Amino acid sequence: MADLTSNFCGISSPNPFWLASAPPTDKEYNVRRAFEAGWGGVVWKTLGSEGPPIVNVNGPRYGAIWGADRRLLGLNNIELITDRSLEINLEEMARIKRDFPDRALIASVMVPCEEQHWKDIVPRIAETGVDGFELNFGCPHGMSERGMGSAVGQVPEYIEMVTRWCKESTDLPIIVKLTPNITNIIYPATAAKDGGADAVSLINTISSIVSVDLDDMAPNPTIDGKGTAGGYCGPAVKPIALNMVAQIARTAETQGLPISGIGGVTTWRDAAEFLALGAGNVQVCTAAMTYGFGIIKEMTAGLSGWMDEKGYSSVDAIVGRAVPNVTDWQYLNLNYTAKARIDQDSCISCGRCYAACEDTSHQAIAMSDDRVFTVKDDECVACNLCVNVCPVDNCITMEQISAGELDERTGQPVAAEYGNWTQHPNNPMSKAAE
Amino acid sequence: MASSGQVEQLESGRVSKEQLDTNFSDLHPEFDAHEAAVAADRCYFCYDAPCVTACPTSIDIPLFIRQISTDMPLASAKTIFDQNILGGMCARVCPTETLCEEACVREAAEGKPVEIGRLQRYATDVSMRADHHPYTRAANTGKRIAVVGAGPAGLAAAHRLAMLGNDVDIFDAGAKPGGLNEFGIAAYKATDNFAQEEVEWLLQIGGIELHSGKALGKDFTLTDLGSSHDATFIGIGLESVRNLSLDNENLSNVENAVDFISRLRQSSDFSKVSVGSNVVVIGGGMTAIDAAVQSKLLGAEEVTLVYRGSQTKMPASQYEQEIAKSKGVRFIFNAKPISIKGSVAIEHIEFEQAMPKPAANKNFVLETDHILKAIGQLLTEDSQYLEIEGSKIKVNSLLETSLENVWAGGDCVSAGDDLTVTAVAQGRDAAENIHSKLMGEG
Ligand SMILES: Cc1cc2nc3c(=O)[nH]c(=O)nc-3n(C[C@H](O)[C@H](O)[C@H](O)COP(=O)(O)OP(=O)(O)OC[C@H]3O[C@@H](n4cnc5c(N)ncnc54)[C@H](O)[C@@H]3O)c2cc1C
Ligand SMILES: Cc1cc2nc3c(=O)[nH]c(=O)nc-3n(C[C@H](O)[C@H](O)[C@H](O)COP(=O)(O)O)c2cc1C
Ligand code: SF4
Ligand code: SF4
Ligand code: SF4
Repeated sequence: MADLTSNFCGISSPNPFWLASAPPTDKEYNVRRAFEAGWGGVVWKTLGSEGPPIVNVNGPRYGAIWGADRRLLGLNNIELITDRSLEINLEEMARIKRDFPDRALIASVMVPCEEQHWKDIVPRIAETGVDGFELNFGCPHGMSERGMGSAVGQVPEYIEMVTRWCKESTDLPIIVKLTPNITNIIYPATAAKDGGADAVSLINTISSIVSVDLDDMAPNPTIDGKGTAGGYCGPAVKPIALNMVAQIARTAETQGLPISGIGGVTTWRDAAEFLALGAGNVQVCTAAMTYGFGIIKEMTAGLSGWMDEKGYSSVDAIVGRAVPNVTDWQYLNLNYTAKARIDQDSCISCGRCYAACEDTSHQAIAMSDDRVFTVKDDECVACNLCVNVCPVDNCITMEQISAGELDERTGQPVAAEYGNWTQHPNNPMSKAAE
Repeated sequence: MASSGQVEQLESGRVSKEQLDTNFSDLHPEFDAHEAAVAADRCYFCYDAPCVTACPTSIDIPLFIRQISTDMPLASAKTIFDQNILGGMCARVCPTETLCEEACVREAAEGKPVEIGRLQRYATDVSMRADHHPYTRAANTGKRIAVVGAGPAGLAAAHRLAMLGNDVDIFDAGAKPGGLNEFGIAAYKATDNFAQEEVEWLLQIGGIELHSGKALGKDFTLTDLGSSHDATFIGIGLESVRNLSLDNENLSNVENAVDFISRLRQSSDFSKVSVGSNVVVIGGGMTAIDAAVQSKLLGAEEVTLVYRGSQTKMPASQYEQEIAKSKGVRFIFNAKPISIKGSVAIEHIEFEQAMPKPAANKNFVLETDHILKAIGQLLTEDSQYLEIEGSKIKVNSLLETSLENVWAGGDCVSAGDDLTVTAVAQGRDAAENIHSKLMGEG
């Protein structure tokens, strides 16, 4: 059995699945049930300053988009940080840590951007026995209007400054949670690192309007006739999160900085992908909000089953394994050649590949009178569109043309050697063109 | 439909009213909006979709399904009605398993086609409940066309002709319009008086005058119509029933299956519909199956369907046969009736069972108190004017008969299968052809 224990920037947990700071981690009742179900760690719902807590709306706070059979694909919310008092939260956190000493308990914090605020609250929270802090520089709605959340996360100088204040206030690990609502994730990640962060976590939610109510002519969710931008999360955001995680993992300035991967993790496979792209662990929110805490059993069993199958003995053995294979477009091998191949036995003759290629690609699929679909090798550019639109798994595959064989489209034999854009004769900057 | 009175010695009320309600409830109940969305999502929006080719009325199936997916059931229904104005009835009665759904690529892929029929029913039901007729008439052409028969063929022809701006008189021999939709289709396929509601909805287009109780050959002739109208469409179906040509065929309780079904369909209280306790149905088509199933549903203890050919030759689809089996109908194949015995009422019937070697053929006898004959319907052809092919009215590819300005379609013509949907397609196409011919002349 693969060992799922995780050590993330000095914080240990029985598995690499944490619940992200959000409604699932809002109070003792939830967190107790989550730990009983088997979650490895919890990032407590973001705490604010002492004094009267913030208030939430009393109308709908979520909007969503759905796939077939109302499968929830993307969730959007306009919830703010905790709306319960700091004292109660801290008491509950202390009790949880006492009862579940082997689980990771992280305090998420967001207070105004003034040194004293941070320096007061961090030591106070540390007394609960938490294992670390997550600085919420991510929330894209409500809090940012008040100069917090993503308003801080979008200014690298502020990130660095606040991170430094926190590091000066505690010896516990500091994780900086990044907002994706920026141009280049490397700037805030570098700032966090420069401020002394032990790790970054990403992504927080993406600024979004999920849909418009066409009767009320207002964005959803609508409150008394008005709506506002909310934060988008769930399966739909995973590709954006994966890319940002990979960028941090492979860029020189940020390489080696531990990453907690967040955004659309729904199954063990999603988690494995984040780990492969350099995340040290993952955090989950929407999947738990959609299906409840029970999914953790699928996630841990799936991850360890897959690791056994592949011979990976520990989580660390997976982390970053795919990073070396993430590259820039200019380094892709332009001499690699493939052609689409249709398996006639599994083809059901729906014609979608034909419509896609004929109408929008390279007119490389032929259709016979009796609905047999075949690839024209002299037109196919191997774009993969047909593979993506075909409703049958593995019915269309991409077959590599070996070196030396004729590419019927170019009329040239496929070159054996690696050749990328930097060396390509059509590139005015290339050395080969000189 | 020739009416046969209540058959005396048979019993009614063999099962409780509650049981009858369950037995005759909708075969495929309507989808709710969510079920429709889920079913619609399974459609691949195929290129040059094979399901469309398989539909006799060529409904743009991927389009209407996509319109359901995007929550536009009215637009979806319009896509259906554009090709098939009786899309509501067809959604209920089409043997989809041998038409669109058989051709669906998901049938080939996983043996589970997109549920085209039920999706069609969802869209058309929503639209017809909205109670607005989605078509208006073109400017009046000044032409008046006679349609004989208010079955699916006649109704489809009349609607299309009226839509194109012509005035239409429909003459039907029966007391009610609808043809076999009203008198023949199994009760559990068209529940809640749907056939009449559909006719009323269809007539909302305007410009169509319905004359019930007016029979061609009795109340008027084709020559009369030739002088009173600019053109004639004949859609009189198949009114006569084939006989077994055996002695004693006129014993009590030897009944035509279509008459049995008709008295069932016309009854407002199924507990009053009489049926034998030991029923033998002779035939192998949809009529035979429907008669057998509905006998069973009415409470007959034993129902045996005897077909002269093999199971694979049976015209009723595999699916229809499965329904009958699941209701407890017993099948005997390769057997033909050779004699009927009884004093006043039928008592037993003897069959000859064909064996692989004709010399080995053997006879057997079935006790019965109710025989239902379903060996085919025939054209009531008293018209000496029309050319006949086989036993049906001969038409060319434009659905023109041998007579000038007389078109025909539906069961009464030699072209196409005897199905509601085929009748609709032919009625519609004949209407288009009539219109272009008349406009060409005008
Ligand atoms: C028992 C039974 C079950 C069936 N089940 C199905 C099914 O499930 N699915 C399916 O697709 N098809 C089914 N069919 C076949 C389908 O009903 C017919 O194919 C269809 O109704 C043919 O339509 P039509 O307009 O040609 O004729 P009909 O529906 O027969 O209509 C003919 C009309 O013409 C009138 N008429 C007849 N003679 C004259 C005259 N001389 N003057 C004036 N009017 C006249 C009649 O009163 C009738 O209204 C079934 C048929 C039967 C008998
Ligand atoms: C209702 C809701 C409230 C959230 N509140 C917080 C919060 O208080 N602090 C925070 O750091 N992130 C918050 N998030 C963001 C999540 O922690 C997480 O980063 C995001 O949902 C992406 O992960 P997912 O795709 O698994 O949901 C919230 C998300 C949701 C849906
Ligand atoms: S890979 Fe692209 S070009 Fe080739 S057949 Fe498929 S869609 Fe057409
Ligand atoms: S999309 Fe796939 S299943 Fe459909 S015709 Fe093309 S290869 Fe066959
Ligand atoms: S064949 Fe089936 S999947 Fe394809 S368009 Fe028709 S209903 Fe949809």
